[in-house]
Amino acid sequence: MIEFKLPSLGSDMDEGTLLEWKVGVGDTVKKGQVMAIVDTTKAAVDVESWQEGTVHQLIAEVGQKMPVGTVMALLLESGEKPAPGGAPGVGAGATAITAAPMARRMVSPAARKHAEEKGVDLDSITGTGPRGAVTLQDVEAAAAKQPSTLPAAPAAPVPKAADRAADMRKTIAAAMSRSKREIPHYYVAEDIPLARALAWLQAANAQRSMAERLLPAALLLKAVALALKRYPELNGYWRDGAFVPVAAINLGVAISLRQGGLIAPALLHADGKPLTLLMQELTDLVKRTRAGSLKSSEMNEATITVTNLGDQGSQAVFGVITPPQVALVGFGRVAERPWAENGGLKVLPVVTASLSADHRVSDGHRGALFLLELNDRLQRPEELDQ
Amino acid sequence: MTDAEIRAVALATLLSIAPEVEADELRGDRPLRSQVDLDSMDWLNFLLGLHEKLKVEIPEADYARLITLDDVVAYLHNKLGAG
Repeated sequence: MIEFKLPSLGSDMDEGTLLEWKVGVGDTVKKGQVMAIVDTTKAAVDVESWQEGTVHQLIAEVGQKMPVGTVMALLLESGEKPAPGGAPGVGAGATAITAAPMARRMVSPAARKHAEEKGVDLDSITGTGPRGAVTLQDVEAAAAKQPSTLPAAPAAPVPKAADRAADMRKTIAAAMSRSKREIPHYYVAEDIPLARALAWLQAANAQRSMAERLLPAALLLKAVALALKRYPELNGYWRDGAFVPVAAINLGVAISLRQGGLIAPALLHADGKPLTLLMQELTDLVKRTRAGSLKSSEMNEATITVTNLGDQGSQAVFGVITPPQVALVGFGRVAERPWAENGGLKVLPVVTASLSADHRVSDGHRGALFLLELNDRLQRPEELDQ
Repeated sequence: MTDAEIRAVALATLLSIAPEVEADELRGDRPLRSQVDLDSMDWLNFLLGLHEKLKVEIPEADYARLITLDDVVAYLHNKLGAG
């Protein structure tokens, strides 16, 4: 019998609420198939199965809040017969699960707030946003159709959005406090000239349609992924008092949410993807993160985090490591700066790259070498597109 | 298309990316991205949205000219050949 447990969906998540079962009793489940949708303080997450089997019993009830590690369902292994007398089926929440699964509503925060203010029932709206997300315009259209004599919006739901934001703040606070309490951080930084990389990017984009253009972020992410191959001590987890390296390079990309807070879902196997694919996946990841639709593998498989302040940010960022990871790479704003080279002075686009790393696992010298490797990779942009 | 129509399309596109924006509070002569907090991907999606709605090609080399909402409207006006 296989126990399907609520996985950790990031170090900062210790519980979740079951929103919907995506499988029923008797269904055959493949590896990677979405079993359930679970709401965390940060997002609604598609929880995937990591084993094959046949659903024998759904234990968790829709609407149930449970800690990480809770057995949500039982699966029969291939060829396995259920124990005699054992009642397959569902737990106490059987009726709710089979009769009326709670539909996940992907709703933009502004739309949710507006719906609460206008007393609009979100379940009555068909979303027109990404993957059916309900947008502000959808709510406005629905509100316009409502009778003008609507009763005042109920007082209770209004704090919900605020509660959710407060919950997310608490979750981030807990994870970051733990990080700073447990991880002895060290920091190194390197100014990296980007003239070559941006010239290559400009030439590449000139050949592409608008929809296929690359952002500098794609180059930075790929360069990080490739540089990590030579510095495996920065890619992995600190578990049970020891470092566990991970072969796959899964970059957790810090994505800020418009309503505040951030999530760092993973771009899986970033080192092996050409830039076009990496850019497509990054675009999709940002879209789904902001629409609240992520997969469990994206939430719990990042092996290192990259935070990129972009062109609206500060010159440099020194991040807090996301446990159990052991490093974080930060990029500040790309800006023109004076650059001394070969006895001369010129003006170049430059980015400050930083590394925050766990001193239990690596030392500043290795961290500095990693940044030099990153610099080197970015001076050969054409090789990043492989 | 008139400037007002172009501005309406631009605002609708912006709202689809940043739904929290209060269109009435936007200053057309101030940098758009700092008023709305658009990151580079939001900006790309904004321009892509304009491209799809108005069938206007916006070369990357022109991005630097598009700072304010007024800049965007004037640029699109030019591209559309509107009188």
